[in-house]
Amino acid sequence: MNRYELWFNEFHTEHVTFSFRVDRQLLQKTSDFQRIEILETPEFGRVLILDGIIMCTEKDEFIYHDMIVHVPMAVHPEVKKVLLIGGGDGGALRELCRYETIESIEIVEIDLDVVNAAKEFLPTMATSYDDPRVNLIIADGLRYVRRKENVYDLIIVDSTDPFGPGESLFTKEFYGNCYKSLKDDGILVNQHESPFYGQEAREARLTHRRMKSVFDLSRVYQAHIPTYPSGHWLFGFSSKGLDPIKDFDADRWNALGLRTKYYNTDIHVGSFMLPNYVLELIGELS
Amino acid sequence: MSTRTFQLDQDQAPLHRALLRYRKRRIVSFDVPGHKQGRATPELTEFLGANCLSVDVNSMAMLDNLIHPISVIKEAEVLAADAFGAAAAYFIVNGTSAAVQAMILASLNPGDKIIMPRNVHRSAINALILARAVPVYVNPGLDIELGIPLGMAFKDVKAAIEKHPDAKAVLINNPTYYGVCPDVKRLADLAHENDMRLLVDEAHGTHFYFSDDLPLAGMDGGADFSAISLHKTGGSLTQSSMLLVGKRVMEDAGYVRQIINLTQTTSASYLLMSSLDLARKNLALNGAAIFSRVIQQADYAREEINQIGGYYAFSKERCDGDAFFSFDETKLSVHTRSMGLSGMEVYERLRDEYDIQVEFGDLGNFLAIVSIGDRPVAIERLIAALSEIYRLERRDPRGLMANEYIEPHVAMTPAEAFYAKAEQLPLKDCIDRVCAEFVMCYPPGIPILAPGELVTKEALDYISYAKSIGSNMTGTEDLAVEKLYVVI
Repeated sequence: MNRYELWFNEFHTEHVTFSFRVDRQLLQKTSDFQRIEILETPEFGRVLILDGIIMCTEKDEFIYHDMIVHVPMAVHPEVKKVLLIGGGDGGALRELCRYETIESIEIVEIDLDVVNAAKEFLPTMATSYDDPRVNLIIADGLRYVRRKENVYDLIIVDSTDPFGPGESLFTKEFYGNCYKSLKDDGILVNQHESPFYGQEAREARLTHRRMKSVFDLSRVYQAHIPTYPSGHWLFGFSSKGLDPIKDFDADRWNALGLRTKYYNTDIHVGSFMLPNYVLELIGELS
Repeated sequence: MSTRTFQLDQDQAPLHRALLRYRKRRIVSFDVPGHKQGRATPELTEFLGANCLSVDVNSMAMLDNLIHPISVIKEAEVLAADAFGAAAAYFIVNGTSAAVQAMILASLNPGDKIIMPRNVHRSAINALILARAVPVYVNPGLDIELGIPLGMAFKDVKAAIEKHPDAKAVLINNPTYYGVCPDVKRLADLAHENDMRLLVDEAHGTHFYFSDDLPLAGMDGGADFSAISLHKTGGSLTQSSMLLVGKRVMEDAGYVRQIINLTQTTSASYLLMSSLDLARKNLALNGAAIFSRVIQQADYAREEINQIGGYYAFSKERCDGDAFFSFDETKLSVHTRSMGLSGMEVYERLRDEYDIQVEFGDLGNFLAIVSIGDRPVAIERLIAALSEIYRLERRDPRGLMANEYIEPHVAMTPAEAFYAKAEQLPLKDCIDRVCAEFVMCYPPGIPILAPGELVTKEALDYISYAKSIGSNMTGTEDLAVEKLYVVI
């Protein structure tokens, strides 16, 4: 007879928790930057947790990774050089590597231990580290991008929350340095926190404001990610001119024949249509 | 690294230990402070924390008394003296200004002369008002390219001593706000050979005592007094400080205490004093490791900032063996004028656009303090923000004014001018009158005009330019700094 139950609890706010049953803990390790855990769970499969916060689960990671990769890829006509900041779990890298036109992907992850954990325990995500186009750099993203000028077609910021090692990836100076490192038709996509609960919502508003002050065009889009606080998650699309709707070429993307579980060209357009409370939060309600 | 050795067990923190003991005894208090361990002030207690309020207490037998220390405060001061290599140390809770004033008041009688550079903090000149002493100003020297005042050349101090052999003391900054240090040892020997004391304003040099890689600390150079601001770079609470005493003047130790007690509070804060005790312990035990890391971080930042272009984060290469004898490498002093921005403008951009607060900006430089509490991510943010400011805002440097040394014309002593009958006039009408108050940019708090000095056109031009680039002007009774009191 089972005499106890093992549950994981994440505080979404001081007064709200999200919990799921845990079968066993596969890894617990304290790196130079954070505490890394991987849990095996009956409902979500394997779950990567950093400093007590869910980063991704095998069950719903496709939503996040589809939306952070395919949206910009369907707008930019010819992405050759990509910079991925964060994303040590490998999910975004996996989606990027499906595009044959991409010539090189630099992935800059601050914590090698996250990459190693993903390679060992998350085989469905960390599939593409061996792709010859991929160059893994263990470094601080802010520091790395500062030295680059006019290099990338696409930058994806797949970071943790702004309250830990990801802090510097939510700053105006970081976005400015990214702007400098992008080519004239470059795009930057970033995870943009949730609009729903107080702390994340404040960050979402600030992030959008900073983006707008740096980029020529800055838009917000959304997706539904069950294991993130409130399930309602935002992404930022910023560019030196390319518009996520006007410059979006559905036929071209569909012709690639990529099979995706969440993203499709209707979702692409729809995801940029935001509820009023989100528009108001980010100061875009007309 | 540090080769300093201690005679006492620096792992001890007697004042901290006494406060822990006090807290455990749960004493019922019918004495001040009236908040009674925070019970009367729920909002404040919630804000600062119950632990904090529980030790905000008054002097009592088990906690000793700062004005007459005989037990745990005494022990803590003895440990501090040992940690800093001084003959004695006094805890100060009225800021380093009070320590500076105490060493001047303890060394000068009314009418006595003191030799000092003009780029001292206002607290030193305030002390001259209280002491009714007479300043003999020495031109501190100037790094012309950077536009920063230095620490006085040996020959200039020597000349002043020869001209004023009756002076009682020489006061130096170690370091200046920008991190520039004079040759402390040579100046101490020179002063002593002429029967003068060497007083060191070491407000920005606490950390010198704990690393061999930093400039020589005052006590190690043979100084008689040193005012150290533990709260600035040593990790104690704001307003806590120490006065160190060298062995040559130990016979006056009791008199020094009396001088301190003239102006220091009789209700010294145990929060401040316990922070001194714990900061001293941490510095003694871990200072060498901490400051070697701080130096590395600052060096890294300099290297990176110098690669951005436009900026010049200077360091030891500016040293000239004399007025710029050595440099405090934990000071991240950055020259900005050659990229067409004043230091003040960069200071403001960092604050307003990037949420980064640096210590101060002037006409051509800004200063970022790297210390015990800095994280690599913060350094990266500063560098990245500077690279953005360079990318977006650099411009033609022509037309930007450089810092210059404004030679003071002393017409009467600070005390005479301060207490004289005076009238308040618009700045422009004050030329050639004797100034009765201070005008300065704060920070750094180094007076442009001090009481007793003639108001020159040069000084007024500087004031109006500093205002125009957004410097925060202070010192005058008129908060708008448009009018000035001058002696009638």
